[in-house]
Amino acid sequence: MKKTYKIEVDCANCASLMETEAKKTSGVKDAVVNFMTLKMKVEFEDGADPKEVMERVRENCKRVERDCEIFL
Amino acid sequence: MSTKQKKNLARILIAAIMSVALNFVECSGITRFIFYLVPYLVVGYDILLKAFHGIKNLRALDEGLLMTIATLGAMALAVYEDGDYTEAVAVMLFYQIGEWFQSYAVGKSRKNISELMDIRPDYANVETENGLEQVDPDEVEVGTIIVVQPGEKIPIDGVIIEGNSALNTVALTGESLPREVSEGAEVISGSINLNGVLKIRTTKEFGESTASKILELVEDASSRKSKSENFITKFARIYTPAVVICAGALAIIPPIFSGDWSTWIYRALIFLVISCPCALVISIPLSFFAGIGGASREGILIKGSNFLETLSKVKTVVLDKTGTLTQGNFEVDAVHSKNLNFSEKELLHLAAHVERYSTHPIANSLRKAYPNERDDCSVEGVEEIAGRGIRAKINGQIVCVGNEKFMDEIGAKWKACRKVGTIIHVAVDGEYAGHVVISDSLKPHAKEAVAELNCAGVENIFMLTGDSEKIASKVAAEVGIKNYRSELLPADKVTEFEKILSAQKGDSKVAFVGDGINDAPVLSRADVGIAMGALGSDAAIEAADVVLMDDDPLKISKAIKISRKCLAIVKQNIFFAIGIKFLCLILGAVGLANMWAAIFADVGVMILAVLNAIRTLAYSL
Repeated sequence: MKKTYKIEVDCANCASLMETEAKKTSGVKDAVVNFMTLKMKVEFEDGADPKEVMERVRENCKRVERDCEIFL
Repeated sequence: MSTKQKKNLARILIAAIMSVALNFVECSGITRFIFYLVPYLVVGYDILLKAFHGIKNLRALDEGLLMTIATLGAMALAVYEDGDYTEAVAVMLFYQIGEWFQSYAVGKSRKNISELMDIRPDYANVETENGLEQVDPDEVEVGTIIVVQPGEKIPIDGVIIEGNSALNTVALTGESLPREVSEGAEVISGSINLNGVLKIRTTKEFGESTASKILELVEDASSRKSKSENFITKFARIYTPAVVICAGALAIIPPIFSGDWSTWIYRALIFLVISCPCALVISIPLSFFAGIGGASREGILIKGSNFLETLSKVKTVVLDKTGTLTQGNFEVDAVHSKNLNFSEKELLHLAAHVERYSTHPIANSLRKAYPNERDDCSVEGVEEIAGRGIRAKINGQIVCVGNEKFMDEIGAKWKACRKVGTIIHVAVDGEYAGHVVISDSLKPHAKEAVAELNCAGVENIFMLTGDSEKIASKVAAEVGIKNYRSELLPADKVTEFEKILSAQKGDSKVAFVGDGINDAPVLSRADVGIAMGALGSDAAIEAADVVLMDDDPLKISKAIKISRKCLAIVKQNIFFAIGIKFLCLILGAVGLANMWAAIFADVGVMILAVLNAIRTLAYSL
């Protein structure tokens, strides 16, 4: 399953950091962050609950980039 | 401006005013240090915090950390020498100005581009027992009846079941002339209903509708990275650590011999300030993003930055004939009566009757040329003879309509025609009556489009077609193409195309333009596959790299021009930014550049590069 989320982040580099973190999160099969459109596209693993997974993704992203936001 | 941008702007202004004011305050020693520390912290506290968090999480070097080291170093030097704090504050201040500008510019162009692509429908009106209800288009099922009021966007693809109106499709195709639609017409999402109320039965889900597909395509385009972008990413990955190592070496090695520690540490700090790759990292993707956005406003969808880049290197364009240069629908071109008993109108009348039940494109064109076909004439015993034509009994007479072979078989003495096209012969009761010439007409801009391609720097133009040599040479001569290949089966097209492809020298690329109907293999084989008139054709959108929403061949040269302009800007930015940075590094190492030059090499270059990148959006041809 794929879902797209709006994000808020300041710089291109920070966006790619978010992408790396999102990819590492368990339950996420693949993630792409597009800085220009401020969107995060997440592909979930089968059986994963997107809501719960995205909470973790957000937590991980906030750890590397303090003032980023994912609108769930 | 967002709240965050406003807040940061305020911080920048306060810090700037304070630093200027401090120049007029007479003080020294620790008091001076504390005075200068205030604007420094006002403008840079978040960078310091970020750098601290970065170290805590063992993150690699980023620009925030570099700036922190550089400014803290400059502060320390100033304390040690009781010298000038302005530079440290200025570095942080200008770094923040640069960041602010970048965020403002990116936000602005993001907004511009999304306005250009303002085709996302927000709601759909569904008819219920309690009247109209606005619902999320995502929840509308296929086959639902939706109502679109004047001024509203059509949310989902469908068929009109009630109402007439004109549709504005400018955001989809770049075509400003409204399209008239009435009952039974297929309409696509994203077009704006101008005057009448329309009732539409949806034929697709929202996610599968044209507007959603296009938006997805444009949004995904910037994730397909071009070579230039990959180069910059790699360059930045090497550049920053390399400059940081040089800075370290500069701070330690020369002073071991000369002993002048503070001078060399100062030069090392200059290196750190210049080491930020931000100008490149932001301006290159921004140029591509703006280029793709600008193109989509013209109804040209480019599926990725990589394709934009390839498009700019196109030296050879191969065009399909039918549907690309010509309309792709056949029309009666001339009617020649060869028998005094039949007028030209009568000839067309009989031919149209015989073709009454046929679905062949030629039959359609004959019926179209004789609009009152369903009159009270009797049409009986229609018999289709494969590869020959059709025979039918009309008002008691046997009428045969078909090709030369058919005429030979029934013994009618047919006459050849000087006109180029498909010749349909007509015989009545075994006697030759005359013929109808059917041809595919050129698109209005076909000739201009070929000329424009030459102007855009395309060196070779080829035309491929499955049609006969005679038709091919006529079309080629009319539009001004010298190289053409005719009588090609679909598989031959691929072979011919590969020959053209292998004849290319160096870095020049080949584009293929087709309508995506039977040339999908060639489209995918080309360096850049361009599909024409793709509005509503999912197959073409899938197969092509560049999609022209309407079927105007002039858009081909426009797409190439946009790509060339975009790539020119990308190159300017790469050379300009790297050039200035290296120059400042060298000057800094030998002591000819001070901290202010470093600030220019970092922030100044970034601002100029971003401004240059935005130019892509406001292209003029």
